[in-house]
Amino acid sequence: MTMPPSSPDPFAPGINTPLAPGLDSIVPDEFPPNDAAPGTIPAGKPRSMFVRGLEVFLENKLAIVGVVILVAMVLFCYLGPFLYHTDQIHTNLAIENQGPGSGHPLGTDSSGYDVLGRLMVGGRVSLEVGMAAAILATVVGTLWGAIAGYVGGAVDAVMMRLVDAILAIPTLFLALVVVSMYPATELELIIVIALTSWLTTARLIRGEALSLRVRDYVQAMKVMGGGGTRAVLRHIAPNAVGTIIVSATFQVADAILLVVALSYLGLGVQPPKTDWGGMLSDGVQYTYDGYWWLIYPAGVAIILVVIAINFIGDALRDSFEVRLQRR
Amino acid sequence: MAPLLEIKDLHTEIRLRRSTVHAIDGVNLTVEPGECLGIVGESGCGKTMTALSVMRLLPNGGHITGGSIVLDGQDITNLDDEAMQDVRGNLVGMIFQDPMTSLNPTMTIGDQIAESVRLHRGADKQAGLERAVEVLGLVGMPKPAERIGNFPHQLSGGMRQRVMIAMALACEPKLLIADEPTTALDVTIQKQILELLDNLRQRLGMAVILVTHDLGVIAGRADRVAVMYAGRVVETTDTTTLFANPRHPYTQALFEALPDKIVEPAGVAKRLYNIPGQPPDLTSPPQGCKFAARCRYAQDSCRETEPDLTYDVALHEYRCFFPVGEAALDAPAQDADAPTVAAAEAEAEAEATEGAVPVLATAPSVAGDGATPNGTLLKVEHLIKDFPVTAGAILQRRVGSVSAVADVSFEVPRGKTFGMVGESGCGKTTIGRLIVGLEKANAGSITFDGQDLAKLSNRGRRQHSGKIQLMFQDSYASMDPRMRVATILREPLVIQKQGSRRDQEKRIAAIMNEVGLPQAALERYPHEFSGGQRQRLGLARALVLRPSMIVADEPVSALDVSIQAQILNLMLDLQKDNGLTYLFISHDLSVVRYLSDIIGVMYLGKLVEVGPADDVYFGPVHPYTKGLIDTVPVADPLLERAKESQGVMGELPSAVAPPSGCRFRTRCPLAQDICAEQEPPLRPFTAKGHLAACHFPLREPEADAGAPAVAEKTTASGGQ
Repeated sequence: MTMPPSSPDPFAPGINTPLAPGLDSIVPDEFPPNDAAPGTIPAGKPRSMFVRGLEVFLENKLAIVGVVILVAMVLFCYLGPFLYHTDQIHTNLAIENQGPGSGHPLGTDSSGYDVLGRLMVGGRVSLEVGMAAAILATVVGTLWGAIAGYVGGAVDAVMMRLVDAILAIPTLFLALVVVSMYPATELELIIVIALTSWLTTARLIRGEALSLRVRDYVQAMKVMGGGGTRAVLRHIAPNAVGTIIVSATFQVADAILLVVALSYLGLGVQPPKTDWGGMLSDGVQYTYDGYWWLIYPAGVAIILVVIAINFIGDALRDSFEVRLQRR
Repeated sequence: MAPLLEIKDLHTEIRLRRSTVHAIDGVNLTVEPGECLGIVGESGCGKTMTALSVMRLLPNGGHITGGSIVLDGQDITNLDDEAMQDVRGNLVGMIFQDPMTSLNPTMTIGDQIAESVRLHRGADKQAGLERAVEVLGLVGMPKPAERIGNFPHQLSGGMRQRVMIAMALACEPKLLIADEPTTALDVTIQKQILELLDNLRQRLGMAVILVTHDLGVIAGRADRVAVMYAGRVVETTDTTTLFANPRHPYTQALFEALPDKIVEPAGVAKRLYNIPGQPPDLTSPPQGCKFAARCRYAQDSCRETEPDLTYDVALHEYRCFFPVGEAALDAPAQDADAPTVAAAEAEAEAEATEGAVPVLATAPSVAGDGATPNGTLLKVEHLIKDFPVTAGAILQRRVGSVSAVADVSFEVPRGKTFGMVGESGCGKTTIGRLIVGLEKANAGSITFDGQDLAKLSNRGRRQHSGKIQLMFQDSYASMDPRMRVATILREPLVIQKQGSRRDQEKRIAAIMNEVGLPQAALERYPHEFSGGQRQRLGLARALVLRPSMIVADEPVSALDVSIQAQILNLMLDLQKDNGLTYLFISHDLSVVRYLSDIIGVMYLGKLVEVGPADDVYFGPVHPYTKGLIDTVPVADPLLERAKESQGVMGELPSAVAPPSGCRFRTRCPLAQDICAEQEPPLRPFTAKGHLAACHFPLREPEADAGAPAVAEKTTASGGQ
């Protein structure tokens, strides 16, 4: 074996020198001759994924409608009470079930609470529980699914059979058992709902992870010496983000509806607190009395929020998926 | 006789959301009955769009905006969809690149072929199937009557492409358009399919348009060639003339970029000519000659007005003001304006000659001195890898195993390039993955820099992994699409915890310079780059950790010839500058020969021949190596047509139950009984370390082949 006479030991000069010192000498002032032709890189300012995604998102009219509705709802629930003062703690049976009129734009309910004010207070619980439960479920489900899919083998089998087992218990049944054992608080509702709804996310993400883990860029990362944590957190989860977002938006809608269902059965937050489902449940008792103001406001609020979130989810998926299209 | 197909001044555009691609810009072509016209050019030149325009099967947003296509006396430019359905299949048939995606996986192949007969001929099911059997026999499908009940996934790639051809032929079209018909296939299968197309053309008297990027494929098959660039035909003439005397600088440059034109022996520094830059963006084509920006001979006039098609010999048309060839055959760059490239080339050449080291891998060093600085860097011994074949969804019973790598031993000297060739499925990629640690070997050892990789703990392995890096075939797929280039390049340093953030950024900046990309590229995402640039990024990422070895798995096979030349040159430069060692895996023998000091030929998990690159390439000993060399199409019509050898016949046997004895015996023309009984050991044929495993080698070993140094090597790698 003879080596090039010019550099008897090719390793000495360049390869194993520590990074910092002498590095400047490696950076040539001009390109060496070997890049006769790298071609041009695309013109224009580099735009981040976020900006690109935002552009696509804003092209979707329904998404904008969704955002407007959602923002309006949040403002309504959280800022509304400051502008429109009502007593939502003490009952006042003297003015029960009054129709809309002066002083009470949406009337009063069977306990004499002002319906418009109650809508604001109830909305807080619905939105908070819905969002928090969805976020919790998505985080847990994503990690669970990504780990199961990435690691594979026996670990995957055990993790996913556990998911199957929990899925076999009806959500409402589980919620009913827990809630009837302990009086319902917001935190408890969040945990109960998250506990039952991370399962579908886990399954979806596991499927995604199965296909992502064999991608070349995950392989490339392994060749560099990277481990599983990095693969799951830096490569698999970000690339599954389309799926994650879509399932998260469904989770929000589902969670809100589940709170509604529990409250409707009388197992939601306890009076004097309430949520939209609880209001609906109260109002239904008076269906035959024609007290429509006890049903419509809460019902419409639920429908609007759920629809808005679905619109946003649809558009978000699009704006994450177009990332790779040349536009 | 009127031409079968006459395309006049064809313009095709594709409307995108915000722009319009002028995919075809004034193409004129004629095809005579029974003729084979080859269309060549880089990707994105409009070759496929021309073919799709004739079929009127343009992608969404695509439409013909001008010119005419006259097929068999009928203008099909404005035919309505229904009339066009009659033309497709009946008059023109088309074969696509990937037979797997072009066949319906839920229908039997018989039904799929019969479908077109039933549509066009009104035949009933029975008659359709009978015709299917007939055409399947025509395309060389063994036992066609039994095969019509098969589904596409039950057939091999070559057989699927035969089915595609049978479908295209079922209604006896007068024109067959083959769009890259063999690009997805192995060389050995490619040869068989091309022979078949040639044979069918002669027997059925139909015309063929062969669209390909491979000049070698064109050389042996086409009567006439049209060279396309940026949506235009830049040169067209008969094949022999074109290859002997190209007039357009683009055609000339394409030829010069081919690695098989290199005549210097392996080991001597050399450079391929590469066409600078990339094809123009067809959404806003440049003014003047489209090729001017990349042309060595371009002058100011080229950039202002576009040359028309001219000719000095009848039937040899070209679109250039300053044609090369003939008169200007040896003329140097004529213009002071354009010397940037030429000068850079000359400079590089001079430099290359200076630093030329005509050193060959002489006899691979004696086993055992793995750690000496000038000795062996990587030593692979008796490496075995089986992949289990399992059945059942839950219990995963092991029902057999795929023998991907079976007792392979070789050594790679420091600073050299070991080229590994073989058909797909021969285990060359698996060896690469074993070396970089993506797979675990069942048996055998991989010694790198004196350290047995198998004995390292997981943690040690991870720390070690910076020293051997992998370069992927598809560099786009190997980069996380959600990361910016800067993050992608920094990732290896972050994982290996090298340096502070500032150091890492400096290192990245340096590496971008080394691979010839501007710093501005760091802010971009991978999808914003062209194929060649992405491959540069792939190389940059592999180099960031300053590895001593790079395993390059088919790094150029997805690239155009001109870009391929850029990358190969860059790899050579980087090797020279950094003392890198390469394990270069490829199916393309000419590329391997260009880059490698040592070539190893693999067949079905076995290393059948290994030796200094030129010894193996010019004096193959194993019949498989010889067959492989004969199979590779050469970009020279005279040579290509004079080839008598059939190359390697048949298809690769299954690795689940490999043939006994010599694994190649089922396809070997020289095989005898002993080949089935005894596995031939690797034995030396020259004193310089040329080894082959064959009972009936093409030549006898040299007398001094069994020198002691090599003898030990033989026992070490002989298998059994």
